[in-house]
Amino acid sequence: METPTSHLEQKEELTMSVIRFAGDSGDGMQLAGDLFTSTAAMMGENVATLPDYPAEIRAPQGTVAGVSGFQICFGSDEIYTPGDFLDVLVAMNPPALKVNLSIVKKGGVILVNEDSFSAKNLEKAGMPSNPLLDQSLKDYDVYKIPIQTITKNALAGLISLSPKQVDQCKNLTALGLTYRLFNRKKEYTLKWLERKFKSKPEILQANKIAFEAGWEYGEHGVFKKTYTQVKQQSIQAGTYRQITGNIAAALGLVAASRASRVPLFLGSYPITPATDILQELSRYKECVTVFQAEDEIAAIGAALGASYGGSLAATTTSGPGFSLKSEFINLAVISELPMVIVNVQRVGPSTGLPTKTEQADLFQALWGRHGESPVVVMAAQSPKDCFYTLYEASRVALRYMTPVIVLSDGLIGNGSEVWKIPAENELPEIKVSYRTQTEGFLPYDRDHETLARPWAIPGTPGLEHRIGGLEKEDRSGKVSHAPLNHEKMVKLRAEKVARVASEIKPLEVFGDPKAKLLVLGWGSTYGVIRQAVQKLLKAGYQVACLHLRYLNPLPNDLKETLEKFPKVLVPENNMGQLWYKLRAEYLIDIEKLNKVQGQPFCVDEVEHKVKEMLANPGVKYANK
Amino acid sequence: MPINKPPTNKPIDQANTKLTRKDFLSNVDPRWCLGCGCYSIFGSLTRVFPELGIPKEKFAIISGIGCSSRLPYYSSAYGFHTIHGRAATVAFGLKRMRPDLSVWVMTGDGDALSIGGNHFIHLMRRNADIKVILFNNQIYGLTKGQTSPTSALGVKTKTTPYGSIDSPLNPLALAIAAGATFAARVTDADPELLYEAILGAAKHHGVAFVEVMLNCVIFNDGAFDSIIDKNLKADTTIRLKHGEPLAFGKERNKGIHIGLSGPEIVDGGDKTRAIATHDVHLPDASRAYALALMSLPNTPVPVGIFRQVQKTVYAEGIESKVPSQSELERLLKGQSAWVREQNGSLRSLESD
Repeated sequence: METPTSHLEQKEELTMSVIRFAGDSGDGMQLAGDLFTSTAAMMGENVATLPDYPAEIRAPQGTVAGVSGFQICFGSDEIYTPGDFLDVLVAMNPPALKVNLSIVKKGGVILVNEDSFSAKNLEKAGMPSNPLLDQSLKDYDVYKIPIQTITKNALAGLISLSPKQVDQCKNLTALGLTYRLFNRKKEYTLKWLERKFKSKPEILQANKIAFEAGWEYGEHGVFKKTYTQVKQQSIQAGTYRQITGNIAAALGLVAASRASRVPLFLGSYPITPATDILQELSRYKECVTVFQAEDEIAAIGAALGASYGGSLAATTTSGPGFSLKSEFINLAVISELPMVIVNVQRVGPSTGLPTKTEQADLFQALWGRHGESPVVVMAAQSPKDCFYTLYEASRVALRYMTPVIVLSDGLIGNGSEVWKIPAENELPEIKVSYRTQTEGFLPYDRDHETLARPWAIPGTPGLEHRIGGLEKEDRSGKVSHAPLNHEKMVKLRAEKVARVASEIKPLEVFGDPKAKLLVLGWGSTYGVIRQAVQKLLKAGYQVACLHLRYLNPLPNDLKETLEKFPKVLVPENNMGQLWYKLRAEYLIDIEKLNKVQGQPFCVDEVEHKVKEMLANPGVKYANK
Repeated sequence: MPINKPPTNKPIDQANTKLTRKDFLSNVDPRWCLGCGCYSIFGSLTRVFPELGIPKEKFAIISGIGCSSRLPYYSSAYGFHTIHGRAATVAFGLKRMRPDLSVWVMTGDGDALSIGGNHFIHLMRRNADIKVILFNNQIYGLTKGQTSPTSALGVKTKTTPYGSIDSPLNPLALAIAAGATFAARVTDADPELLYEAILGAAKHHGVAFVEVMLNCVIFNDGAFDSIIDKNLKADTTIRLKHGEPLAFGKERNKGIHIGLSGPEIVDGGDKTRAIATHDVHLPDASRAYALALMSLPNTPVPVGIFRQVQKTVYAEGIESKVPSQSELERLLKGQSAWVREQNGSLRSLESD
């Protein structure tokens, strides 16, 4: 794949840029990236971010394994992904340069911390020659800056700080340099620092000084050119914030609790990359009950107990924890209690690559339980969409008395974008009624429309009844071993989930309605697919794309929609799980594109595959 | 359907009407084996429930898997027959959100100590106001006779045909070590003591643990004969009573002295080593723990209430609420939202 040429040299005013902060884990790169993102968002720009960090908290210093990165795509363009290639790389040490050099655009800017390029450090990174001295960086615009020295000199007056504390401020120096390079406003970062270090005036002062020192260094003609971003014109008026998928998921649950007037209970256990949802909800103690359980099983067990008692119950986890919860999901299925299970997917099997992203738990969500055990499965497509997906999942769980699985992943869970905060009345209604009427009460009687059984919670006089994991007789809910009753209950539970399809809005295809090829996706591939299709449309290709939120049940109009297009491509960060399901359901010859490297697709990769498919007439559907 | 009303979070109400044992029997006839100790526990439980002054609808019985765990179906209270080993977790979530309920866990030695061992210790340490009755028959009954974590060393079962080589777990000692604030051990053959222990558990404020050693007539018959036999039990058990000496024997002339190296058997007339007085309220758990470990053939087995102390009850006074409109708005905005006006200008809403 050819690395594209940077546009940085040609113009000062840009519509979109990609920057990556990279250094040792512990160098504060995630914080620098976060602050850069906030400022871009506060300046009215679109953003998409990709934190890319190792699984170890502090991998051996200065090694390739320890490189932590934070990538931001920002600007006035519509932005759907954190970008495939970098306009600017900030490399705090040799391995950070080594690991990321291949994704820097030719002619792109590289800011290196010159101080760290000692012979010893180069050796640790496995770099036989110094790239700052040899010819290996000749294709780039390289700025060798002694970032640690600048920090040290600037903080020389703060004698109470240890040398380590001084050195820890170097990320703010680097940040100051990038703010100068991109003509960012300093005020948001300064305000943030004041808030963050309110109780530590020394540290606050040190960070502010380091930040200003970085900016100052850039003032003196260091940069051949600096950049500004085109102002956004088309954005709607409203209240905005920057949000990660995990925080959006937390808020989606809270909003559903508000809308349904049902108290929210979260049972969870820390696991990467889902922990942020647990941590975020733990902060809302005035209106959310959070329980950090002894293990993944207890987390969902407590959630089911809360649901039994009349709460909106949720549990959040990632792959390994999701596996442990299977038996309890089944108990929720047979006891027909509402619950939301969030799986922020990561690379598996087993511990896999905890901090890397994958979409390979779809099969498990659909089918990973013993017995005939259908559940509703949804997927979020972007950080902000985690809010709407969790809200919708809660609504459906409560309305149909069923567990709902929501698939997110590390990419959108940790990634962030700008979100226009909805007003309460813009969200769909969630109506919940507990059963209180004793007359004619049967615990497994059903609502005619949804087939939901009544939510008769303990404490309600006259409705005392027993539920459990043993098969129940239709309507009465007595334990029943009758063969025909079991078959009837299996079908009823399946039909209940199938009826959820009536909640799904008609599918909306983006792009050319007469397209020769439809790109179909689910989950975090949304941004890449959308960007690829937009590029292809601009280049005159007849293409379209469609993204699914509901994976079970599938939308009623999906089959007819797919059949409108001569070719369908499903890109997935797995070996072809949605592809498999669609072929099995519809007998349609769909093609797949798969990437399982712990990294999202590049726009290029999707684009390339689409072009290849369009160039090759291939075999069309039998019925076309 | 009636209008949505959030569940009440008020403390347990007092019932106005007098309930009887029959009010807690469902129309399902128990299907335990004839002579099973489960009947005895069920009998005591349904004797205690109506005496607590709690309305019937406020009881919730949560169970796992096993013979013990069929109990919810036989009572007419709210009941949830969950999955193997996990009753504690469901009970915990229920009680956390519904402090108005009286939540009871029915579990067995396999359910609570083997597959559910982790949940068991955490339930004990958290001290939520939940009552746990452990049906300890030292065998897996519902799967037809395999060794359990409390089966005696050397016992022959279907999975240990040459005798068990697994050391058994002491449920009561485990509960005390894990922080149980109420701990009792009784046998199914002593209905009065069983009743007393369950009543004590019900009235305790905090987690309450009652181990019932019960006979499995089919797969482990006679496992507790040495402590329930009328002729032997005066010498093989010590009936614990708060404030009374730890005495035993037909003449109650022997007793337990707690020395530096733990409990020792002494004669009543021993001038230097006095028989200790039982005190359930000792803040330090080591005495109760030492008593819990006493076993045949070295010492008699103590039965009754070992420990009852008051400690902070989990999440007491912390109510679960639904967010108000303003709370939701505040949370949605977070700490650094901004407003984009119609003219495109930006205004920060950054909060301190």
